[in-house]
Amino acid sequence: MRILIIEDDTATATYIQKGLIEAGHTVDTAARGDDGLALAMGEHYQALIVDRMLPGLDGLSLVSTLREQNNNTPTLILSALGEVDDRVEGLRMGGDDYLTKPFSFSELLARLGALVRRTTTETKATVLQVGELTMDLLGREVKREGQVIDLQPREFRLLEYLMRHSNQIVTRTMLLENVWDYNFDPQTNVIDVHISRLRSKIDKSFSYQLLNTIRGAGYILRESKA
Amino acid sequence: MVQDISYVNQKRRLFHSYTFRLALLYAIMFSTSTLIIFYFFYLFTASYMTEQMDNTIQAEIQGLAERYNQEGLNGLTELIAERVNRQQATGNSIYLLTTYRLEPLVGNLDRWPKNAQINDDWLEFKLEINEQTNETHLARAKIFRLPGSYGLLVGRDINQLTEAKRRIIQALTWGLAMMVLLAFLGGLVLSRRTVRKIERINQTAQSIMSGDLSKRVPLTNRNDDFDQVADNLNQMLDRIQALMEDIRRVSDNIAHDLRTPLARLRQHLEEARLQEPASSKSAQNLEQSIREADSLLVTFNALLRIARIEAGQLTTGFTQIDYRTFLEDIVEFYEPLMEDKYQTLETGLDTHILSWGDRDLLFQALANLIENAIKYTPEKGNISLTLTRHVDDVIITISDNGPGIPESEYENVFRRFYRLDQSRTASGNGLGLSMVAAVISMHNGDIALNNNRPGLKIQITLPVTKPSPITKT
Repeated sequence: MRILIIEDDTATATYIQKGLIEAGHTVDTAARGDDGLALAMGEHYQALIVDRMLPGLDGLSLVSTLREQNNNTPTLILSALGEVDDRVEGLRMGGDDYLTKPFSFSELLARLGALVRRTTTETKATVLQVGELTMDLLGREVKREGQVIDLQPREFRLLEYLMRHSNQIVTRTMLLENVWDYNFDPQTNVIDVHISRLRSKIDKSFSYQLLNTIRGAGYILRESKA
Repeated sequence: MVQDISYVNQKRRLFHSYTFRLALLYAIMFSTSTLIIFYFFYLFTASYMTEQMDNTIQAEIQGLAERYNQEGLNGLTELIAERVNRQQATGNSIYLLTTYRLEPLVGNLDRWPKNAQINDDWLEFKLEINEQTNETHLARAKIFRLPGSYGLLVGRDINQLTEAKRRIIQALTWGLAMMVLLAFLGGLVLSRRTVRKIERINQTAQSIMSGDLSKRVPLTNRNDDFDQVADNLNQMLDRIQALMEDIRRVSDNIAHDLRTPLARLRQHLEEARLQEPASSKSAQNLEQSIREADSLLVTFNALLRIARIEAGQLTTGFTQIDYRTFLEDIVEFYEPLMEDKYQTLETGLDTHILSWGDRDLLFQALANLIENAIKYTPEKGNISLTLTRHVDDVIITISDNGPGIPESEYENVFRRFYRLDQSRTASGNGLGLSMVAAVISMHNGDIALNNNRPGLKIQITLPVTKPSPITKT
């Protein structure tokens, strides 16, 4: 994947660049907003990572200019301003996701993955499948190895999100924002409790575990034994 | 209903207003001085009228005396008879000439008056006009003893004079009453205008206190003293707003300048961690350091967030909230945690209440409270969550039967970094309840702690609001 990082803080830019290259991506960087805009318009990238506060042109204006030009490259906005209204503003100006500094690299990678998948394969399938686990979105029915699994409505939404992002790390905040639709910081391990409940339903009586915890990062629904 | 209350309030405020009291005092002083003026006016007018009357009587006496000196008693008798005839019954003059035993000889008085009083050489007595109706008039006269012990009485019916005096008093009383009334009304009108002007300043102050710092007191272009006060207030507000913006800018800069190096520190730790094999000792140390850095960042973020909420800068995130659905989401989210501690949850969420607020911040606030309840209530304890509507307020209560908080600490727990001794060992940064208090006050609500005997009962009161033009985006 070809990715452009627009970030004036060299340490952060290098850190992201290094991590993305290690993950197998091609990376360009720009330290100024106006330079970044020119690159984003001229070249073809699969994703943009844009800092909010930039010299030359600020991140939000950059994104809204791109969108006005009908350039819909998936964009992740980075910022030290983590307040809710900043976030809302960032998304309204055309950003696809918003990440507050500091972030762990796994969080960035997970969100970037979700972002690109969301825009490239906006699937209209009515049945989701991961390994022998299937979800019928119309019949609201989940089966593993032909066996019907009974889920609460919220567990259904949680599993749906995990299945749409299978083989991809999903972080706790991504789950909070997308499954529960609230943006806040629980001080407890309540998400882990929800996950372990779901896991006991979809994994407990089966040969291997689909839903895995990645320490310090989040969760992954994997198709095969790893 | 609301209008009634504000109407009553307005009335109460009017009568309590300083201007009204001042106007009332002025009206009383004005009426008193007018009363004094009227009193002297009456006194001088009345004595002048009496004097005029006395002069007339003196002139009559003069005429009679001259005739008596020239023509003796006969001449006097003739003159009296002549004058009585001339004025018939319509005149006001009274004449009576009597023998030494006071038997009437000539004149228009039947007999010498009884019950007469001597006052300054003047005889005052009641004159019977009509015996059937008992109508009497006051009369005033001079009496003389003529040689030969003849008695002479010359006087006048002063009914007209007393009637005139009565009329004057009547007119003055009415005038005074009207004046008191006008002074009172004037005071009312005057103080209403002043109260209205002060009310405008009050309203501005109130909307500023509820977070809208951009409000200013309207000016009237008359450049009177109220405008000057308003202008000064506005300048003060400009300055406060500028200072607040400075604070916001500074905190944003802190956010950016301090969080960035912290973020880098975390990045370096993470990079180092990835280069170590997962099971090594240094990997564990690095993971521990990352967690420490994270908790530092969480505390730091929470502080900044509270500061910004308190500065009232976050109203752009306001949306419509259905409190029942909202609380059901919270319950649904935290139920597994409670089940793990075998805690039972009672809910009373029967009413849908729609209001306006920042759902993420409110969720954070209620999540903090529920998490506390779960954390401090022992296994198999009870937690309850209710939602009720009281007139124009949403009331949410969260109660538990855990150890509770000593009542003496109720005030303190909302302070930043304040932690009860028994909770020092538990995880947390002492900012949770400060955040709750900031969020509630940002929504113009109230939070109260009560003893649930045993346990803690938290009651949150939030006004039911509709979107205002400022928050609509």
